[in-house]
Amino acid sequence: MSIFADADTRLVVQGITGKEGQFHARQCVEYGTRVVAGVTPGKGGQKMDDIPVFNSVAESVSEAGANCSLIFVPPPFAADAIMEAADAGVDLIVTITEGIPVLDMMRVKHYLKIRAARLIGPNCPGIITPGEAKVGIMPGPIHKAGGPIGVVSRSGTLTYEVVYQLTLQDIGQTTCIGIGGDPVNGTNFIDCLAAFEADPDTRGVVMVGEIGGSAEEQAAEFIRQNMSKPVVSFIAGMTAPPGRRMGHAGAIISGGAGTAQGKIEALKAGGAHVCEDLGRIGEFCAKVF
Amino acid sequence: MKIHEYQAKQLFSEYGVAIAKGGVAESPETAKAVAETLGGFPVAVKAQIHAGGRGKGGGVKIANDISEVVKHAGAIIGMNLVTPQTGPGGQPVKRVLLEKGLNIEKELYLSLTADRESAGILIMASEAGGMDIETVAEQTPEKIIKVHVNPLTGIYPYHCRQAAFGLNLDKELIKPFSQMLTALYKLFVDLDCSLVEINPLVITQEKQLYALDAKVSFDDNALYRQKEVVEMRDFDEEDPVDVEASKYNLNYINLDGTVGNMVNGAGLAMAVMDTIKLAGAEPANFLDVGGGATAEMIENGFRLILSDKKVKAILINIFGGILRCDVLAKGVVEAARNTEINVPLVVRMEGTNVEEGRQILADSGLDLQTARDLKDAGEKVAALV
Repeated sequence: MSIFADADTRLVVQGITGKEGQFHARQCVEYGTRVVAGVTPGKGGQKMDDIPVFNSVAESVSEAGANCSLIFVPPPFAADAIMEAADAGVDLIVTITEGIPVLDMMRVKHYLKIRAARLIGPNCPGIITPGEAKVGIMPGPIHKAGGPIGVVSRSGTLTYEVVYQLTLQDIGQTTCIGIGGDPVNGTNFIDCLAAFEADPDTRGVVMVGEIGGSAEEQAAEFIRQNMSKPVVSFIAGMTAPPGRRMGHAGAIISGGAGTAQGKIEALKAGGAHVCEDLGRIGEFCAKVF
Repeated sequence: MKIHEYQAKQLFSEYGVAIAKGGVAESPETAKAVAETLGGFPVAVKAQIHAGGRGKGGGVKIANDISEVVKHAGAIIGMNLVTPQTGPGGQPVKRVLLEKGLNIEKELYLSLTADRESAGILIMASEAGGMDIETVAEQTPEKIIKVHVNPLTGIYPYHCRQAAFGLNLDKELIKPFSQMLTALYKLFVDLDCSLVEINPLVITQEKQLYALDAKVSFDDNALYRQKEVVEMRDFDEEDPVDVEASKYNLNYINLDGTVGNMVNGAGLAMAVMDTIKLAGAEPANFLDVGGGATAEMIENGFRLILSDKKVKAILINIFGGILRCDVLAKGVVEAARNTEINVPLVVRMEGTNVEEGRQILADSGLDLQTARDLKDAGEKVAALV
């Protein structure tokens, strides 16, 4: 089992004929994901390798049976692409695009409340259920299929580091999700924790957070009240100075809020096992799980 | 992106938000000429820098006649203004804003922000105007009125009434206040702002509302569609190192330690800084070269790190995914040759094509240590400083 993406995922890649979209669509195919369609407005009828390209997401749903979209569209057109996918009726929308204006994402977030689709991202590496489906840009080979651990993170390469150490310890993953580093995103920590809690094959969760906002504090409260499965957590940014944006648009300590220390304390109080040394997180997980 | 108070007030003026009569000057002579057009005294002489807390640093003075205008403008223009927000280095003042004084009866606080929790626009208002709002929020949170606006529907009269009644405004001020708040909301959305703050918003004895101060900043991600805003950018107000880094498409932040570091990905870069600290050393910077780093970006990253003379050793940690380790290794070797690195280097690579990458580094003849894993990397680099 897994959450949100699995062997039944039928992927459409929005922006498939662009440089990044093309490269990563091929990587997804190579991993074994069923990439059933691509969308580039104006290039309908063409093919990218063997993948049919459509003018709209709606066509990719009706013609190719797509149920999940992966978006590589540049920032000025990303909000449009997300809402188009939601209107077309896909179940899951994974947005890799970095640099979408905040107001655009706010409108998208409110719009999605009246649509069934789940959004992951933006500014994220995507989601992978090892051995079944890779919907994103993460390196496939570092993962180990079969579970029993779920991973959820606000970061990209930091997640790869954590997953890699899990795999070295022979700890497989059910699903790994990057929820993205932007201040306004779709799926949050709590959505993922709840789904992992409900997934019978997931026996524990690694949650990777960072400075800024209060998503980790809210997750800590959720863990305290709702999680029966063990949660290991790591928070990046102990040494980050206040008031400076640390790469990710959402990674900023402002007005004394959003510090790593505050998040670690909240997570400990919520019953999570907090690992403060990334270099040892694999060993740490081996002990906890 | 931030702008000056006088620029923010120009925007206010365009949107119909009342500001005091005033003008900008870059010398005492022009200050005198501007003050003469204002039609009376007192006149406020306000240093124009981006950082807040100007009054505390002596950057805001009141002139009661024309000779005082010249005196104050002369003292402020060219001064190095140190405020709690500029850091100890201060910020040189290039120009002043001159404004006719108002008969202030009451000072309020009003702001609009892009609120990440509600994914909407948050209006905050308070009767405790003129004070640091974070202090008010901490000590007397009940004095802050919060109104959330859904970005899909936009602002409605009830949002404005909620703020106005919360501020205990006189009945005749509710309508003008609502018009002003609606205009500010429009400005916020039209120009992709991240903050619009008026502190203080004043009520005069004549029962008029004026924005006595103005602070506006913008969402960097939206600047591509805000040409008018981009023209207001003042590079003199930004850290030259930041300007340099943004030119190269790098995320670089200078810190106080001695271990320079270069990492792909923002989260991992923060975690590497933390690892350096855990190993007993201090990071000299944050540097994220991104997922798609090229050899050229790595070289520019080295230049930025080495421009900091405190750096005694450099740690490179790359988790190769899409960025292959052999490509990275070639970039490091080239960059090391071109920038004449004179401090020891520790490299840790993992991921795609890592064996080829390690071989390239081993064959390069460069004086560098390779680390097995992150833990090893932190310990090795800490032992060097």
